Amino acid sequence: MPSEVVSLTGHIIDSLTLSKVLDIILRDGGQYRIRRFEIGETRNDTSHAEIIVSAPDTTTLERILHQIGQHGAERAVGEAEVEPAPADGVLPAGFYVTTNLETHVRWKERWIPVEPIEMDCAIVISGNPGEETATSVPMHRVRRGDRIVVGDRGVRVTPLERLEPTDVFSFMGSEVSTERPKERIIAAIVQAMQEARDAGRRILFVGGPAIVHTGAARSLEAIIRAGWIDVLFAGNALAVHDIEQALYGTSLGVDLNTGNHRAHGHEHHLRAINTIRSIGSIRKAVEQGIVTRGILHACITCGTDFVLAGSIRDDGPLPEVITDVVQAQDAMRERVRGVGVALMVATTLHSIATGNLLPATVRTLCVDSDPNTVIKLMDRGTHQAFGLVTDCEFFLKELAARLPGVIP
Amino acid sequence: MSITVVQEPEWERQVDTEPRPTRLLMCAPTQYALRYEINPWMVLENQPDLPLATRQWQELYRILTEQVGAQVELIEQAPEAPDMVFTANAGLVRGRYVLLANFRHPQRQVEEPHFRRWFEENGYHVQLLPVGCKFEGEGDALFVGDTLVAGYLKRSDICSHRHLSDYLAVPVLSLELVDDRWYHLDTCLFALSADTVVYYPGAFDAYARTVIQNHFETIEVCEEEALRFACNSVVIGNQVVMPAGCPRIASRLEARGYRVHSVDLSEFLKAGGAAKCLTLFLR
Repeated sequence: MPSEVVSLTGHIIDSLTLSKVLDIILRDGGQYRIRRFEIGETRNDTSHAEIIVSAPDTTTLERILHQIGQHGAERAVGEAEVEPAPADGVLPAGFYVTTNLETHVRWKERWIPVEPIEMDCAIVISGNPGEETATSVPMHRVRRGDRIVVGDRGVRVTPLERLEPTDVFSFMGSEVSTERPKERIIAAIVQAMQEARDAGRRILFVGGPAIVHTGAARSLEAIIRAGWIDVLFAGNALAVHDIEQALYGTSLGVDLNTGNHRAHGHEHHLRAINTIRSIGSIRKAVEQGIVTRGILHACITCGTDFVLAGSIRDDGPLPEVITDVVQAQDAMRERVRGVGVALMVATTLHSIATGNLLPATVRTLCVDSDPNTVIKLMDRGTHQAFGLVTDCEFFLKELAARLPGVIP
Repeated sequence: MSITVVQEPEWERQVDTEPRPTRLLMCAPTQYALRYEINPWMVLENQPDLPLATRQWQELYRILTEQVGAQVELIEQAPEAPDMVFTANAGLVRGRYVLLANFRHPQRQVEEPHFRRWFEENGYHVQLLPVGCKFEGEGDALFVGDTLVAGYLKRSDICSHRHLSDYLAVPVLSLELVDDRWYHLDTCLFALSADTVVYYPGAFDAYARTVIQNHFETIEVCEEEALRFACNSVVIGNQVVMPAGCPRIASRLEARGYRVHSVDLSEFLKAGGAAKCLTLFLR
C-alpha cells in the first residue's frame, strides 16, 4: 500500500486543523498513523505532527495529499537532490543506491517512476525540463555530467505487498527448507508460468551444467520446444556439455544412457568446443545439421533467446559465450525486461547475477540440491526467491510432465 | 527563506503614557476602477462611478478622523493598481513591523512594491514571506484580543499562518473560507472586542465555525446583511464604522452600547470591498 509522510505545523489543535486533516484522509479512502506529535508548550507555541498517510493506490494517495496539502499538511520528503557524475563510470559520493522495489523520485513537484527496477544502480535524471525521466543505471554506464540522485531525500520506495492467501506462491513462504511438499510447489510453479503467459509476461530460465550431467536436459529441451521458455541464461559449461551430449552422447565423458565413463570421454567436451569453434558458432552448427538435439538446439530452432556468460574457468569458450562480464551483464539486463517468472536451476553464480537484475515483483524459484544456493541468493538481495531443495532432474521431469503441451 | 523572529517586539517595550489615537492607512481612490474580475462581486459591465466613489471614500475618511478620532495616513494610488484603495490587504502591521502581502492574483501583485516603499519610507521593518506562500494582509488576519484569527484557502495559504505565528509570537487560529463571495476573512468576520466576534457562519466550514464558537463570544450576521458586507466594519474603541444597509446588526451592536456609523460604500462593493477593506490598522 503506497504511503507518504506529511508534516503539519501550527496551532493545529486549537484550529482543529489536525482533526480536519485526519478526517479528510479517512473520508477519501486513506489511512493514517501519527508517527510523531509535539504539542506546543505554551499558548503561543505551535504544535507539530508527522503523519504517515497510506491509500490503496497511488492515485488515491495523491488525491488525499493534494486535499490535505491545502490545509497545511506538507510532504515531508521534499525534492530529490542531484549532483553531476564526476567522470565516466564514476558516481558522486553519497549517490542513492537503488533496490529491486518500485521506486519514484520527487522532481519538480511530481513523482517520476524509476525505470527499470533494478537493485544496486544509481538513478539518473535526464530529459528536458518538465519531461524528465528517472533511469536506474549501473555504475559502468554512467557518463560524466549525468545528473545523479544523491541522498535519499525525495525518493519513495514502495514495499512489496503481502501476497494474497490465494496466491500460488503464498503457501510457500520464503524460508529455505528441504521439508516441503515438492509436487505441490511444482504445481504452483506451473500455475505461475501459466499466469505469466496469460498476462503477457516472459519466462526466464537460468541453468547450470548439472542439468546436463544429471540427464535432465531432455526435460528442459522438451519444455523449450513446447514454447514455455522465452529466454535462457547460462554459462559456457551448460552449453558445452549440452553440445557434448548432442555430439557424443556423454556429459563430462559419462555416457548418459549407461552411466559409464567412456574411454577418452574426458576429452569429449574439448572436442565438442573445437568442433563448434571450427564451424564458427552454435547457431551455424545447428543450421548445418552438425548439432541435431539438445537444449541449445531447441533454443535456436524454436527462437528462444539465450545469453551465455563466461567465467575464468571456462574451456574454449564457445563462440557465443560473452567473455567480457560487463558486456554479459548488459546483455542479460536487456533481456530481463518484461519477465514475470524466473526459474533458477542448479547454478549459484548465474542465479545471483540474474537476481541482481530482477525487480522484486518477479516470481523467482530457485531449485538446487544445496540449500546454501538459495540462502546466498536471498542474502544478496533477491528476497522474493523461493527455494526448492531438490535434484534438478526430478524437478525438470515433474515440470515437463505437468506443463501443458510438453512432449517428453 | 528564513524569518527573523522578533525577540523583543518594540510594541511591547513602548510604555503608554497617554492614550494615542488609532492610526490607519488609507488610499484615496484617484485611479479606482474595475479592470479585471477576481471575485464574484466584480463585473466589468458594472463600473463604479468614480466621482461618487470619491465622495463615499471622503465620507468614510471624515467619519474615521473627525468622529471616531483615528489618525489616518495616506498612500498615493498607483495608476496600474486600481485595487490599491483596499489598503487592508497590504500586509499585517504590529508595532514597527509589517509582514508584507504576497497577493494571489498577478493583477494585485503590482501593489506590493508601492506598499513596500511606503512602509520602508515610514520607518517600518518589512518582513517578506516565501514567494509561494500567499498572504493578503489584514484581509485574512485579524487580531481578536491577542489571538490572531486568520482565514485561508480563497486568497491566503495556510502556510502563511505558521510564519505569522513564528514572527509575531502569537497564537493563530486558522479558519477555512468556503464561499467565494466572502473571499477574505475581513468580509465575514470582525472583532468587536477582545473576546467577541461578529461573523457570518455561512462563509466558514464546520471546523472553523466550531473554532470560532469555542474561542469567542459570537454575534451572527444574517446572510442578507453579510451580502451587504456588514462584517467589513472598522471597530475602534466602542465605535463601529459599517457599510450602509445593515440595520439589524447595527441595532444589536447599539443595544450593546456601541456607536455605529453607517457609510454608503456602494461603489466599493462593486469590487468586493467596504469599510474594513479600505483601511489598514497601523497598530
